[in-house]
Amino acid sequence: MQMTKVRINVADYHSLPVGTGQAVTVNGENIVLFKITNGDVKAVENRSPHRKGGTLADALVSGNFIYCPVYDLKISLDDGKVQAPDTGEVKTYHVEVIENEVYITI
Amino acid sequence: MKKKLVMIGNGMAGVRTIEELLKLQPDGYDITIFGNEPHPNYNRIMLSTVLQGDKSIEDIIMNDWDWYKGNSIQLYTGEAVVGIDKQKKQVISDQGRLLDYDELIIATGSSSFILPVPGSDKKGVVGFRDIHDCEMMIKDSKKYKKAAVIGGGLLGLEAARGLLNLGMEVDVVHLMPHLMERQLDETASGMLRKELENQGMNFLLEKQTAEILGEERVTGLRFSDGSEIQADLIVMAVGIRPNVQLAKDNGIYVNRGVVVNDYMETDVPNIYAVGECAEHREIVYGLVAPLYEQGKVLAANLAGIPTNPYEGTICGTQLKVSGCDLFSAGEIGDDEGTKSIKVHNEFDGIYKKIVIRDNMIAGIVLYGDTKDSNRLFRMLTKREDISGMTSVSILEASGCCGGGGEAGDVKAMADDELVCGCNGVTKGTIVEAIRTNELTTVDEVGGCTNAGRSCGRCKSLISDILAFTLGDQYDTSAKKAGICGCTTLSKDEVVAEIRAKGLTNVREVMNVLGWSQEEGCSKCRPAINYYLGMVHYDGYKDERDSRLVNEKMHANIQKDGTYSVVPRMYGGVTTAADLKKIAEVAEKYNVPLVKLTGGQRIGLFGVNKDDLPAMWEDLGMPSGYAYGKTLRTVKTCVGEKFCRFGTQDSMGLGIQLEKKFERLDTPHKVKMGVSACPRNCAESGIKDIGFVGVDGGWEIYIGGNGGTDLRAADLLDTVKTKEEALEITGAYLQYYRETAAYLERTAPWSERMGLEHVKEVLADENMRKQLNERLDKTLERYNEPWQEAIQDNGIKEKYYQIRSVTVE
Repeated sequence: MQMTKVRINVADYHSLPVGTGQAVTVNGENIVLFKITNGDVKAVENRSPHRKGGTLADALVSGNFIYCPVYDLKISLDDGKVQAPDTGEVKTYHVEVIENEVYITI
Repeated sequence: MKKKLVMIGNGMAGVRTIEELLKLQPDGYDITIFGNEPHPNYNRIMLSTVLQGDKSIEDIIMNDWDWYKGNSIQLYTGEAVVGIDKQKKQVISDQGRLLDYDELIIATGSSSFILPVPGSDKKGVVGFRDIHDCEMMIKDSKKYKKAAVIGGGLLGLEAARGLLNLGMEVDVVHLMPHLMERQLDETASGMLRKELENQGMNFLLEKQTAEILGEERVTGLRFSDGSEIQADLIVMAVGIRPNVQLAKDNGIYVNRGVVVNDYMETDVPNIYAVGECAEHREIVYGLVAPLYEQGKVLAANLAGIPTNPYEGTICGTQLKVSGCDLFSAGEIGDDEGTKSIKVHNEFDGIYKKIVIRDNMIAGIVLYGDTKDSNRLFRMLTKREDISGMTSVSILEASGCCGGGGEAGDVKAMADDELVCGCNGVTKGTIVEAIRTNELTTVDEVGGCTNAGRSCGRCKSLISDILAFTLGDQYDTSAKKAGICGCTTLSKDEVVAEIRAKGLTNVREVMNVLGWSQEEGCSKCRPAINYYLGMVHYDGYKDERDSRLVNEKMHANIQKDGTYSVVPRMYGGVTTAADLKKIAEVAEKYNVPLVKLTGGQRIGLFGVNKDDLPAMWEDLGMPSGYAYGKTLRTVKTCVGEKFCRFGTQDSMGLGIQLEKKFERLDTPHKVKMGVSACPRNCAESGIKDIGFVGVDGGWEIYIGGNGGTDLRAADLLDTVKTKEEALEITGAYLQYYRETAAYLERTAPWSERMGLEHVKEVLADENMRKQLNERLDKTLERYNEPWQEAIQDNGIKEKYYQIRSVTVE
């Protein structure tokens, strides 16, 4: 069955920290939000693309990239792709900030 | 006039022989090749990658039609030789073609061994040997759902992985209790099984197939114990059988394979055999490396060039299944004549076993980390004497954290050492090819030298050789490695700039010093944060988000994203009340694992991140830096209070040391040990700093390490009192803090600085005093991070909260 995509309010923009991820479960789906230095908010699935899995919430954040805390994979927050020389990908979500509320499409 | 060379078979070993011959004697022969299959020569080893969908059949063709044409080789595909007339020196094909030969090579290879059980002739039973098998499996996967692979060896597992990729459910049936039992010991095999089960394979071990069920097409299997499974496709991967019928029928001596001597000659003049159909010194090889060695010898023989005899090969194998790094070679079992070194790191899923016989490596099993396979395999095949080496230097070419192991490995390699065992390509050949042809990629090296074009195991080594060789052509400034990819500045330069320019925070350092990645990376950020804290010892504001995860969270991350809490137990001493509290907390928060750690503490493992602050509060004990680049634990023996041998108060000194130096940031973790007598129950001889009680005082040892790079500590000094011991320790730690690179442990640091130098510095009373002053200032700076987290809601929300949103 094709699921309809919905826009969900997941956080208050100002309460989101810069510098570390904020884990949020949305209907049981594990997602992590990153407010990066330029103020943009990015959302990715909270699971390291490393074959052994692991969280991304406590990743080191550098610009548009995060470094997976467990296996140190460098991951682009824009497209979820692991940078060379590793490969892999993490699911990304569309994020909108409307009147200080953060919405993601899921 | 040219002599006539006929070859029966168009596989990897045979064609390689021809390639070698063309190199040695380009115009010596008129060459004709008969191939059963309709394709030109392809890389059979890579069939599993075709099945797994990573490569197409075209990708694995090694010599295309143009190659045959270009070398004036007459190739008859889809045509089999059915007779050999030894007297007339002629062969006849199934299409009636009659051909004279001067020299004849039998390179008929082997076929899948099909178990002779009832029903094995039914439709849907396939071997895993050639492109046709591959195509059939791909076709069947579109129509059927359930596959069974008989055989849990290398080939069987690669086939099973391929079938999973094709969307089939796969049962792997194996006669033995563990997988790949000829290449792996029980531990490695168990790890492999677990990984493959995670990938979706189902294993039926210790099962003997008795019958293949079904009418015209297979529907399932019945085993000797009476149980049955369903299957619409059955892949037989239980071994290979040399194709020797033709040789046998024509009076050539055959045992299991066509029997050859060390020059690949059969018992009939002018007839040779090479590859999987040949039997040399009672061994029939099924791997490519020995077959290529045979080809080389045979080519030289045919060209009339004196050559060393072929004396057999020790084989290394690796599994080509993604997610499973494994390598195995030589003897894998133990007996009275062997000793083995084993490393089993369950956290990272790494297992290494090196079997040693007569001071030489006799066997290798690597699982999860195979980066040292080339080096170890070289040591094995060259029969290198290892009596002077430590177990750690055998296992690893260099440390795990500093990287560069492979590059050092390359540098140490002699030019005549083999890089690509499959194709017999040496380091010298590769370096030469890179230089003459200006090669820059692994593929180009393969194109030029054949290295890496077979099993591919050596590709990482080739890439290191490329880096090594090209590096020499760069100017020296480009070659110099910075602390990470974001800069070319070294640790000393960064620290000097921080001091000279008075830089005070991480962002500023990166901005002012021109970092290429604006906000740095996971290597430089924690390092800069550390250096800033070391330089500005009397007032640095730590940047928490630049810390490695365990320090950022003040708890140790586990692979499933949970954390561990390890309450401080100074000197390994606790009380009944504390034990009770730990037990209550463990119960209250449903802690899944309570375990004594290696550092004499109780670890609570598997804690959810959002439970951490509340647990710390309930415990009311510091959680103990079980993970940080800081003082971990001070291990102690029970000492003079209870032990009848103990001459000193080891627990007392241990507790004092731990209380004084806890929370101190150091370039890497620091461990201490205090033993009350030379029996050394606290293992002080392998600690960063260790104390051994002797009559009337303490011996102080430094630079020991019980971890990956095992190193015995050096005697620094002998002192009379605890106060002196604490003073020396402070000065030593501060000197290490100021001069080591971030992530450099005291063991390599002491070697780099030199014991005599460290001794000299610490013997200088004035120096000792200044070092201790800077250290004390630094220690004043720290707060107890767990109390902070309990009291500060901002910290709780930023680091330990997990939000939950539910939408109807």
